[in-house]
Amino acid sequence: MATKVPLNDPMIDPRTGEYAVIAPGHNFKSVTQKIAGIVLTSNTPLGWFFGLMLGGAVATGVVIGCTWLFLKGVGIWGVTIPGAWGFAIINFVWWIGIGHAGTLISAILLLFKQTWRNSINRFAEAMTIFAVVCAGTFPLIHVGRPWLAYWLFPYPNTMNVWPQFRSPLAWDVFAVSTYATISIVFWYVGMIPDFGTLRDRATMPFAKYMYGLLSLGWRGSTRHWIRYESASLLLAGLSTPLVLSVHTVISFDFAVAALAGWHTTIFPPYFVAGAIYSGFAMVLTLAIPIRKFYHLEDMVTLRHLDNMAKVMLGTGGIVAYGYGMEVFMSWYSASHWEFFMMWNRMFGPMGWAYWILILTNIAIPLTSLWSRKLRVNVTYLFILSLIVNTGMWFERFVIVVTSLYRDYLPSSWGTYRATKWDYMIYVGTMGLFTFLFFLFVRFLPMIPMSEIRMMLPQTKVKRGGSDAASVVEERV
Amino acid sequence: MPPREGIYGLLAEFNTPTELVEATEAARHAGYRRMECYTPYPVEEAAEALHFHTTRVPLVCLLGGLMGVTTAYLMETWINVWAYPLNIAGRPLFSWPAFIIPAYEWTILFAGLSAAFGMIALNGMPQLYHPVFNAPNFRNGATTDKFFLCLEAVDPQFSLTETRKFLEQFPAVSVVEVDH
Repeated sequence: MATKVPLNDPMIDPRTGEYAVIAPGHNFKSVTQKIAGIVLTSNTPLGWFFGLMLGGAVATGVVIGCTWLFLKGVGIWGVTIPGAWGFAIINFVWWIGIGHAGTLISAILLLFKQTWRNSINRFAEAMTIFAVVCAGTFPLIHVGRPWLAYWLFPYPNTMNVWPQFRSPLAWDVFAVSTYATISIVFWYVGMIPDFGTLRDRATMPFAKYMYGLLSLGWRGSTRHWIRYESASLLLAGLSTPLVLSVHTVISFDFAVAALAGWHTTIFPPYFVAGAIYSGFAMVLTLAIPIRKFYHLEDMVTLRHLDNMAKVMLGTGGIVAYGYGMEVFMSWYSASHWEFFMMWNRMFGPMGWAYWILILTNIAIPLTSLWSRKLRVNVTYLFILSLIVNTGMWFERFVIVVTSLYRDYLPSSWGTYRATKWDYMIYVGTMGLFTFLFFLFVRFLPMIPMSEIRMMLPQTKVKRGGSDAASVVEERV
Repeated sequence: MPPREGIYGLLAEFNTPTELVEATEAARHAGYRRMECYTPYPVEEAAEALHFHTTRVPLVCLLGGLMGVTTAYLMETWINVWAYPLNIAGRPLFSWPAFIIPAYEWTILFAGLSAAFGMIALNGMPQLYHPVFNAPNFRNGATTDKFFLCLEAVDPQFSLTETRKFLEQFPAVSVVEVDH
């Protein structure tokens, strides 16, 4: 550990020099009270109402934008030929990418026994679900006749028409709907024991009743716990290949097309890394204000922020490699079209977007995140997370727009300009996301209580009577 | 079928998982079999003390996954080869590599749903009523910070006085009768 830290800081473990995952002095009761108290309080903070209303107000953008869209058709958007894919697909990929960090935290880090993830996994999963809700809006509304969107699914119908399974767009339907379903199931299963706690601690009859129903009668029986743990591990093991496949399939939407800038084999890993990169940025964007507002610094500690920043550094590196490889291949392929596409992407009329992308996704984060001092600087991380999310949006913009608007035939070249309706629906989904997230932090336990209890030192079962030294397993 | 009247069992409350596990091991040793521990988080040692090792959740999950992959693959083949054959850029009707991807997704979908609902079903949930909720101290602690051992009345060795005496030799906070 290179950086000097104050040794008397109680949050630093003297053995390792690392920040603690949970502040010292907590016990089963105090963590339960702290987390359940946020949900069961009769004193809702005013700031919560303000945030909910702000989110709701911005979310009306989706309602107004979609109403007009359904009345007039997709012509109100900036999509045209040759730029036939615009904001809808950009925002779809951006949102679904954000969701991926939630699954990574809840599934992959669980399999790797990274117990520090326990305190952030619930709201990362919630973030996943709300991001998928926002993402799912776009393919549904951009199909032209959204009331027929169910035609995407294979179902017996009188027209005898069925999906065409050689198309990546049909794969997408399967990947995203599976992802949404499994994420919701995983999230709910994770909350069952906590609903039991809330049922037992609630004082209002209505809250008791609702949490009682949601808990399915959970009583903490050991046999139940063993099956529960088994199911959680299985769901984690299933979500891991799922999350990797979802963004891979989304990248196939592009990579299978024979268009310079899209037709490349590096897309699947590079999309997945980018998804996780932006997702961790979004977890930081959410976690930093929430831990401040609800005073959760004891459970979402600097260790979590530091670790998340490290994951961003790693995935950001993969993304940078992806950008580098795209540039290299456009030269090495010796393809005239590839070369022109890259030149146009960098120095064409929309070159500014490419340089914003390089600045926000590579230049700023990948130079500064090496510093531990900056990784534990909460303000800096918050600003950085916004920068990276901007950068990841521009990545999708660059991929979609600059590959499309000047294709093989110069006579068909055009440009792309988003309209106010594009912006309204995009900004509206951010409001929708905020709105749903505020509802979540108020009514559902945002930190998994049962998993936090497992991180406490009291958890260990001491064997051999008084010989307390023989501890079964060091969990934290 | 357990009796629906009278006593369900005796419930001992402990402050630490260690005390719970020791009491459970001793009860098992003394010949009790129909018993259950209730803890606020998974205590694997308690499961060992109960000799509860295997769950059928992984099997249910595997069967679900196999069902998913079969369903999706057969459905795709039937649709694209027989029900609605389309010539897409001269590709064969049975484009098996392309069919792998939706089949892969449905493997995960069916396996995940089977794991989750299988767990819930094997646990007998939803079961909103259970006799242990009748114990006055149970809901105060079982999902927060206390550890419970319940020796059930259906056990042939169960006797209200003897079992109570047995449980009281441990550092239990309380031993209470649980009614049906």
